[in-house]
Amino acid sequence: MHRRELQEQYEKLLSNFLAGDREAQLYMAQQLSKSLVTQDIAPEDIVDFHIQALEKLVQMPEPVRESFQLLLEMMMEYGNTYRQHNVLRDKQKQLESEIDLAVVMQQTMLPQVLPEFEGVEFGLISVPAKKMSGDYYNILQENDVTFSVAIADIVGKGIPAALCMSMIKYGMDAQYGLTPATRLHHLNIVVEQNIDPSMFVTMLLGNYDTARHSFRYAVAGHEPGFFYRACEQRFYDLEGRGLVLGVLRDAQYPEYELNLEVGDMIVLMTDGVSERKVGMHYLNRQELTNLIQGELAHTAQEIAENLYRRLLLMTNYELPDDHTMIVIRRTK
Amino acid sequence: MAVPCSIPIKNEQDIVLARQVGRNLAKELGYGNIEQSRVATAISELARNIFLYAGEGSIVLEHIQKEGRVGLRITANDQGPGITDLRKAMEHGYSTSGGLGAGLPGVKRMMDEFAIDSMPGKGTEVVVTKWRS
Ligand SMILES: Nc1ncnc2c1ncn2[C@@H]1O[C@H](COP(=O)(O)OP(=O)(O)OP(=O)(O)O)[C@@H](O)[C@H]1O
Ligand SMILES: [Mg+2]
Repeated sequence: MHRRELQEQYEKLLSNFLAGDREAQLYMAQQLSKSLVTQDIAPEDIVDFHIQALEKLVQMPEPVRESFQLLLEMMMEYGNTYRQHNVLRDKQKQLESEIDLAVVMQQTMLPQVLPEFEGVEFGLISVPAKKMSGDYYNILQENDVTFSVAIADIVGKGIPAALCMSMIKYGMDAQYGLTPATRLHHLNIVVEQNIDPSMFVTMLLGNYDTARHSFRYAVAGHEPGFFYRACEQRFYDLEGRGLVLGVLRDAQYPEYELNLEVGDMIVLMTDGVSERKVGMHYLNRQELTNLIQGELAHTAQEIAENLYRRLLLMTNYELPDDHTMIVIRRTK
Repeated sequence: MAVPCSIPIKNEQDIVLARQVGRNLAKELGYGNIEQSRVATAISELARNIFLYAGEGSIVLEHIQKEGRVGLRITANDQGPGITDLRKAMEHGYSTSGGLGAGLPGVKRMMDEFAIDSMPGKGTEVVVTKWRS
C-alpha cells in the first residue's frame, strides 16, 4: 500500500478512536499494525503518522508538538534494529530454501514405502529436530519371507549428520543378503575410514524371518530397544553389545535372536525418543514402557504416532533431538 | 472476581468484547498500562484464531492467586479442526500474516506461562497466564 493511503488509514483510526469507539478501534489497530510490519513500516514511521494525524484532528499545544521530535529520535534506533532484522530475515529465507533442497535429497535416502508381509505390521515415525535428520532407518524386503531393519543415530545433528547419512546408506546398499553381524562389521570399516574422529554412529541391524517369526540382530552401541512379550504383558530391554561404528577398525559384533509369538512386539528407537527431559527430570525406561503399554490396543503405526504426540505434549512441544521409532508386531 | 467469566466467540464483536473485559479485569487487578494492553492483545490473538479457524469457541478469564502473586489466566477453547502440526504452528514466522513476532509465538512471548493442546478433529485449548509485576 502507498504511504499516503496508510497515513489516511491511520488518521481514520485515530479519529474513530478519539470519538469514543475505543476497544473496537484498538482491535483494528492490532490488525493494522500486523499488516504494517509486513510492509516494512518502521516504528518511527508510525510516530510520524501519529503526529500528522494529530495535527489534522486536534489543536496541539506547542510543547506537545515539540515533544514528538524527542519520541521520533528515540524510535530511530528501534527502526535500525527493525531494518537489520529484515535483512537477516531475508538472508535466513535464502538459507532455508537451500536447506529445503537438501532435505528433499535426504528424503530420497529413506524408504518411501514399507514392504508388506502376512502376519507382521509396522509402525514408523521419524521427525527431525531441525530440518535435516541425523537418524537413519530402513525396512527393506530381502526375499519372499525376510525383511531387514536398520536404525541408526549419527551422533551430531543437522547438516554434518545428514552428509554422514549418505555414506551409511550407500555402504548398506552394497550389503544385500549378508547377516547383520557381517554387515555391521563392514559398515564399521567404512565409517571408521571416512568420518571425522569426533563423529560416530550407533546402529541396530536385524533380519526378520516371517516364516519362523524370528528376529536376528546385531547392535553397534545403539540405544536398546524394547521387546514386548504379549503372554507376560511385559517389556524387556532388547539387549545387545557391540562397539559404536567408527571407533575401532576391527570391531566384532555378536548376533542375537528373538522368537516372536502372536502379539509380541519389537520397538526400536533412537535416543531422541528415550532421552526426553520432562520438566526437571529425564524420562526413564519404565515410564516410557508405561506410555507404550497404554497404547497397545492400537495399531503399530498408531502406537508410534501416539507416543510421539504424548512425549511432545509432556515436553512442551520441544524436540531437542531427532525422534525415530520403529514398531514391529507379529499379528498372527 | 472469583468466578471465571466466559465469553463466547462467534464474531468480531465478540473479540472486541473479550478484549474489553480482559482489559478491565487487568485494570481492576492493578496491572499497569502496558500490561493491560498485552493482556488485551493476547486475548485478541487467541479469540481471532478461534473466529478464523474454528468458527466458534470461548474465552475464559479468571483471576488467580499463587504464592501471594496475582495473576490473570486466559483460556481459549474451541471444538474446531485442531492444529495438525503444533510444532510448526509454534515456530516463529509460520503465522499466515507473515509477521515474525505475530500469532501464537507472539502470545507466548508476551505472557508468562503458555500451554497449548490441540487434537486434529477435536479442537484446541490454549491456556496462558500473566502475573502482575
Ligand atoms: N484455534 C485454532 N484452531 C485451528 N487451527 C488454529 C487455531 N489457532 C491457530 N491455528 C493454526 O495455527 C496457525 C498459526 O496460528 P497463529 O495465530 O500463530 O498465526 P496466524 O493466525 O496464521 O497469523 P496471525 O495470527 O499472525 O495473523 C494458523 O495459521 C492456523 O492454521
Ligand atoms: Mg492468529
